[in-house]
Amino acid sequence: MSLPLVALIGVLFATGTYLMLHRTITRIVLGVAVMGNGVNLLLLTAGGRRGTAPVIGGEGTFTDPVPQALVLTAIVIGFALQAFLLALAWRNWTVDGNDEVEDDLSDRRLAGPMDDADGGTDGGVDADTQPDPPGEGGPR
Amino acid sequence: MVLLVTSHILAAALLLGLGARLGRRGTIAAALVVPGVAAAWFASQIGGVLDGAERSQRWTWLPDLDVALSFRLDGFALLMALVVTGMGTLVLAYSGSYFGPEVPLERLSRFAGGFVAFAGAMLGLVLADDTWTLFIFWEATTITSFVLIGLDHEGAGARSAAQQALLVTGAGGLALFGGLALLADAAGTTSLAGLSAAPATAVVVQVGLVLVLVGAFTKSAQFPFQFWLPGAMAAPTPVSAFLHSATMVKAGVVLVGRLAPLFAEVSWWRPTLVVVGGLTMLTGGISALRQHDAKLLLAHGTVSQLGLLMVLFGLGHPATTAAGVALLVGHALFKAALFLAVGIVDHATGSRDIRRLTGVGRRLPWVAAMTAVAAASMVGLPPLLGFVAKEAALDALVEEGDAWSVVALVVVVVGSVLTTAYSARLWFGLFSDGPGPTDEPATVRHPPSVGLTGPVGVLVGLTIAGGLLAGPLGDRLGVASEALDPAAEGHLTLWAGLHLPLFLSVGIVAAGAGLHLLLARSPGLPAARLSGTRAFQSTLDGLLVGARRVTAIVQSGSLPAYMAVVFVVLIAAMTAAFVGGAGIGPGGTSATGGSVLQAAVAVLAAAMAAAMVVARRRFVAVLMLGAVGYAMAAIFMLYGAPDLALTQVLVETITLVVFLLVLRHLPEGYSPPPEWAPRAVRIAISLAVGLGVATFALVAGTARTTSPVADEIVARSEPDAGGRNVVNVILVDVRGVDTLGEITVLAIAAAGVANLVRAARRDHGAGTDPLGDPHLSGAGPQPDPPDAIGARSVIFDQVSRAVFTLILLVSVYVTLRGHNAPGGGFAGGLIAGMAFVMRYLAAGSPHLRRPRALPTSGLIATGLLLAVGTGLTAAATGEEFLTSSIAEVGLPLIGTVKLVSSTVFDIGVYVLVLGVVLSVLTHLGSESSGHPPGLAEPGASPRAGAR
Repeated sequence: MSLPLVALIGVLFATGTYLMLHRTITRIVLGVAVMGNGVNLLLLTAGGRRGTAPVIGGEGTFTDPVPQALVLTAIVIGFALQAFLLALAWRNWTVDGNDEVEDDLSDRRLAGPMDDADGGTDGGVDADTQPDPPGEGGPR
Repeated sequence: MVLLVTSHILAAALLLGLGARLGRRGTIAAALVVPGVAAAWFASQIGGVLDGAERSQRWTWLPDLDVALSFRLDGFALLMALVVTGMGTLVLAYSGSYFGPEVPLERLSRFAGGFVAFAGAMLGLVLADDTWTLFIFWEATTITSFVLIGLDHEGAGARSAAQQALLVTGAGGLALFGGLALLADAAGTTSLAGLSAAPATAVVVQVGLVLVLVGAFTKSAQFPFQFWLPGAMAAPTPVSAFLHSATMVKAGVVLVGRLAPLFAEVSWWRPTLVVVGGLTMLTGGISALRQHDAKLLLAHGTVSQLGLLMVLFGLGHPATTAAGVALLVGHALFKAALFLAVGIVDHATGSRDIRRLTGVGRRLPWVAAMTAVAAASMVGLPPLLGFVAKEAALDALVEEGDAWSVVALVVVVVGSVLTTAYSARLWFGLFSDGPGPTDEPATVRHPPSVGLTGPVGVLVGLTIAGGLLAGPLGDRLGVASEALDPAAEGHLTLWAGLHLPLFLSVGIVAAGAGLHLLLARSPGLPAARLSGTRAFQSTLDGLLVGARRVTAIVQSGSLPAYMAVVFVVLIAAMTAAFVGGAGIGPGGTSATGGSVLQAAVAVLAAAMAAAMVVARRRFVAVLMLGAVGYAMAAIFMLYGAPDLALTQVLVETITLVVFLLVLRHLPEGYSPPPEWAPRAVRIAISLAVGLGVATFALVAGTARTTSPVADEIVARSEPDAGGRNVVNVILVDVRGVDTLGEITVLAIAAAGVANLVRAARRDHGAGTDPLGDPHLSGAGPQPDPPDAIGARSVIFDQVSRAVFTLILLVSVYVTLRGHNAPGGGFAGGLIAGMAFVMRYLAAGSPHLRRPRALPTSGLIATGLLLAVGTGLTAAATGEEFLTSSIAEVGLPLIGTVKLVSSTVFDIGVYVLVLGVVLSVLTHLGSESSGHPPGLAEPGASPRAGAR
């Protein structure tokens, strides 16, 4: 296990985390991309020692091909994911004039005082569940 | 038996589905078919079961989890099945006359459907021979009961009562589920009878028993859960008679009856059952004396009787069990008859208030007489079944004589006094002619039809017959009780001579009559101060308020805060794992990993990543990201993964272009950081994650001891899949289905990008073209957009035109050779995409915007179809999906060419990846959506924000 690679994995995860703890979508996308690199490297190194390219006919010990196949699709999907997130950032920009993840206002409202909430839609106490002693019901 | 149960459910579905089409008579007639047939079938089984035959049926549902629908028709199950189907048929027949034309057809069909579904569920419950079968049908009765109580779903009272019953019995059902799981696990079998194998002294088993009892207590309305049953009287009378007196509420008693012979010797079992059942019996009896609504009086009486049954079955002695079986049958008969009779009075007079009813006895003498018989059976007067059963119970308790039996005897005697009093209160209230202290008397408006009185007559007749034929009946019921406890031989006698139980009976009746007379003169008992319903409501409200508070704290609405929680949990999990003892494995470590160059690149990449965080401008950060990506490619190359290196370089380049395309629209700098956490906290979380994952990498990367699965893949790669590049073989063959899923994700992501961009364009009013497709918006060349990247260079333009075709050829070559050398569909598709990127950069957007020049959706679809088609072709020839076939074709001049079917799959990947890249480029690259909204449209919403 190469210690510089271990260190690199740690740095990629740390920087990715830091970027993802931000509100700006661009920074979040950058964080996802960096951490994605870290994940790919982690997968590859967890597969074992470095070796030669796993092409039959080649010399020496092969690098494990299974993590490589996993990482290869991860790289391409990572591209699609980043493109999607960027399109999202763009969309946010055209709607709000910024590229930030706003706080969810309905959550804020829920956290507010009880009587502010509009009953029914947000899990508040429904009028039907108010004390209404059963037992008076009839057959019709 | 499986057939009978399922046909109930099918019939219910049909009834609900046909709705009002059958008409009034038709609905009830159709509903009668299945319970009637079932009743006849079970009746035909009586002979066989009395001779000792036991039928069982098992239909395995989930073999891996040992879950099966398992039914057994022993004596007790047959008895209960007869009660369920017979009573169901009678009550259905009654309801045909009970529901008059004033009841909408739609509600009638819901009643019939729910009723038959419930009958099926109850049948499944009593026949169940398996814990999971029992649980499934148990829950099914809860749900159907909910539907039937809430039949009048427009009335708030009925809705609230239905919800209360559902929550109480549903919560009990959950407890039952947990308990059964513990018991079945301890016993090593899911068979109900096999639960005796569970060691009764083990703590797990005791916890399981407590949970099962909670389930039984809620279902059978035992103290302190008894309040839901009177509430359930919001249901129509037929439902109350069937579900809430004769069948469903007996489920808990039945379960206790099944388990008591196995576990009664557990030290706390008898005290618990006697105390809970006794409290239920006494409180229910007292409550019944307070009621003025005849139906509610009966409901509280039912609670009381259920307590009595719980005591008898709970004691688990052979004699009490046998007495319990007799009383169970007796109670089903007389209580259902009483409910139906109250329904008749209600139907005829429009009231159930015993203070208002007057003159009913004279107008309805037959109803009064039948009610008198049923009530007498409830009191325990000879020569009725109720008397015989109660005598047996008293006798059993006297004979047993141990401490808890004596307690139970006292409770039963006191409770029976109350029973006598409320039975008298009911009958005299309904039918007596006394001077009603009321202003608005209610009396008979129209006589009841035979459809209403007939079923009551049948039930009352059975009650009388049961008493007169006590001896023979006792022998047959004995078979049922022996199914619960082999020692429980039932003896029933109408006349057992002068002994203690008879004196007790006489005393009970006398005391009860005295109590009734006493109460009739007094203004009546004061209303209860404690109400289970109120306690339930405040618990429910408290739960909702608590849930709201927790939600307000947990669900703050801030994405960074959620991310922080995720990361903190990750750190905690990794820390826990490390503390649990994880060390560096046999793989060992080295300072450079065998390559100084690789170490150097790693350091460089780490520096770039750090620079990215510090960068104050987006463009700088994106360039740093690209640098990290290229460094990763170098590391991959040095690690012996050329495929990865190739893909990484290509993806990184295209990503860079895509980032720049989007970033040109966005502001230069970042908005301020989140205020919820100081910078130090965010840095601490990030460092902890980095450190944790690095340690994890160290541990995981060195832990490998067994030989990897890759060895086999490498060995079989060439002979089986016809390829020498193992990574590619894994992608298109070994894990082909996985790759198929992944390219589907790519296609979906591309569609997502396209839709987001189109939505953005629509908002701007720029998308005036009906399809909103960027490459349809401008036909023909257009002037250079102002925000295109870089100035247009003629030389670059011409060179890129010249090499465009060449690059495309290279991409095809890379794809085709990919099976044997680094390359493949992913890399090839990206290279082809690069060719278009180059043209884009050279010529600006117009090249990409020519109408129909780039049918991106068509490319994506073609790629997917090729990939799926390859798999289906293999499947069509009888192989597994995506199996490779290899063909060697001799061609003139070229020689033998090896053709592998997975190459077609790879070409599909190629086409799809090209389509995705082009789709992303054309959409994000279309310049028309580049105007910042604040400038282009004065009406655009300003940032709405909580900041």
